[in-house]
Amino acid sequence: MKQKRVLMKGNEAIAEAAIRAGCGAYFGYPITPQNELIAWMACHMPEHNRIFIQAESELAAINMVYGAACTGMRAMTSSSSPGISLKQEGISYAAGADLPLVFVNMVRGGPGLGSIAPAQSDYFQSTRGGGHGDYHVIVLAPKSVQEAADLTCLAFDLADKWRMPAMILGDGLIGQMMEGVVLPEYRDLSALPDKSEWTVGGMKNSGRKPHRISSINLNPEELEQQIRARFERYSRIEQEEVCFEEKNCDNADIILVAYGSCARVCQGAVQLAAEAGIHAGLFRPVTLWPFPYKELERLAASGRPVLVTEMSMGQMIQDVRLGVHDRVPVHLLSHAGGVIPTEEEVFDRIRQIVSEVKK
Amino acid sequence: MKKIYGQPESLLPVQTKYCAGCGHGVVHRIIAELVDEMNLREKTVITNPVGCAIWADLYFNFDSVQPAHGRTPAVATSLKRILTDHLVICYQGDGDLAAIGTAETVHAANRGEHFTTIFINNAIYGMTGGQMAPTTLVHQKATTAPHGRDPEFPAGMGYPIKVPEMLATLGGTKYLARGSVDTPGHIRALKGYIRKAFEAQMAGYGFSMVEVLSPCPTNWGVTPEKAVTWIGEKMIPYYPLGEIKNELPAGFEGKGETAE
Repeated sequence: MKQKRVLMKGNEAIAEAAIRAGCGAYFGYPITPQNELIAWMACHMPEHNRIFIQAESELAAINMVYGAACTGMRAMTSSSSPGISLKQEGISYAAGADLPLVFVNMVRGGPGLGSIAPAQSDYFQSTRGGGHGDYHVIVLAPKSVQEAADLTCLAFDLADKWRMPAMILGDGLIGQMMEGVVLPEYRDLSALPDKSEWTVGGMKNSGRKPHRISSINLNPEELEQQIRARFERYSRIEQEEVCFEEKNCDNADIILVAYGSCARVCQGAVQLAAEAGIHAGLFRPVTLWPFPYKELERLAASGRPVLVTEMSMGQMIQDVRLGVHDRVPVHLLSHAGGVIPTEEEVFDRIRQIVSEVKK
Repeated sequence: MKKIYGQPESLLPVQTKYCAGCGHGVVHRIIAELVDEMNLREKTVITNPVGCAIWADLYFNFDSVQPAHGRTPAVATSLKRILTDHLVICYQGDGDLAAIGTAETVHAANRGEHFTTIFINNAIYGMTGGQMAPTTLVHQKATTAPHGRDPEFPAGMGYPIKVPEMLATLGGTKYLARGSVDTPGHIRALKGYIRKAFEAQMAGYGFSMVEVLSPCPTNWGVTPEKAVTWIGEKMIPYYPLGEIKNELPAGFEGKGETAE
């Protein structure tokens, strides 16, 4: 059967994919450029007898997600950079209480109020935990509307599988642009993961003892043990869940590294390079945490130079450097504040780096 | 032989971390008795807030969730929206409810969320060691108001907030009352208010809250005996007891004992 392809904005596709993935409760607060997401949820969650609340703030929204997650329901929120900063408190608490939840960041130029144009400047915040304390969240970075929908389903699955927050890291471009998308199938709600081992509510006739969901432990040795156990889980995630896309990297003259919108720009630059007789490869991390360090290390063995393109002042480049261990030169093409690089600009840089290598 | 008094099943037989003369224990006991009497122990979730009552989960024999400071009503909101047939108790202190979490309190109340807030007002920050609370009385001393709370500028410390009176203007609030644990009579009346609030919640009416004037002898720097006297002499004149707002349907009296 031919699958139905529809034209949607990224924000709408994420919202609809979440509903299909079994998201039972959505809580949000308006902020540009993710407003289509909350509007879609306001319209369609009630149609499916799901819960929608426009919260009074991002703080309230993420904590409503926290409460929903405590009952075992799949729940999510979405926002953009300044709003995500506010949500970090609740995300840290969720990480500390081992709660699965999903949140979306359609990044805009920062710091502060910044701009409403696309940016990638929340990379450090996303991949290093984001709030206070030792923890990680799973970070998935889509490059297209289709991938935004697919990764939203994956985010719910991974959050449940590893009992931790998972995020979709997009930007204003991913959120606002319209593309064809084949939406995922509706999940059978009765077949979603059973979490009754730890959730609150539904104690009646279960014979169980009370469940207490909390992130507090005033005994330092015990808290350290809990954190170490969590980090053992993180190391398994690093083994099992790394996801990336590699194009034309074998025998390439230069390897481009970019994620999300920037990777789309780099695809165009790779074509321009090919027309000019330069073989440029493209390596695109899809999971930003866990980051594909080992795969980059393997590519670095070729000795080819690397060009990192990002819409931030050199954030992901630090992870690229950790991956390639200084074995190859790593160049940076960066923009900030909401400026998107052009294909021509990236191509010019490719040509410049390759010609220097040949000298 | 009929048992007329004993340990409620909803309260675990453990020693609490609360100081001598603290009011939390009395309120915990009232909640546990009511949950037992309403046969809801296996259908109750309480939020244990940041502050002294963060340990409430160690004492209650039912499910609990510990939220971030002040976000308690946001967490209680989604708990109750999902667990619609459960009793959701949003337990909060004065700092949690009327300072850092004012926005969450006002908006949950205004939406008419179907949970019950139990608001412990001891006019001080207990857990952190006696700082000024939003409910600290004028001229009352605190570590952060060493000369007493002074609303006049340049100190500009504001006035003690009467929370139920403030929330009474909101359409979503249906039952708002203030009780006290300073005398046996007030404790009995308080149990009546809380029972009515719980029954209103289970009947699906809007937001309900019971404020409790509660002693903190440790941070007030007085004996437990003087602390309860202070409630009667200083707090009750400013924070009047009784039902501040009762918009429950006519005839809804629950099974609660009537106030005094």
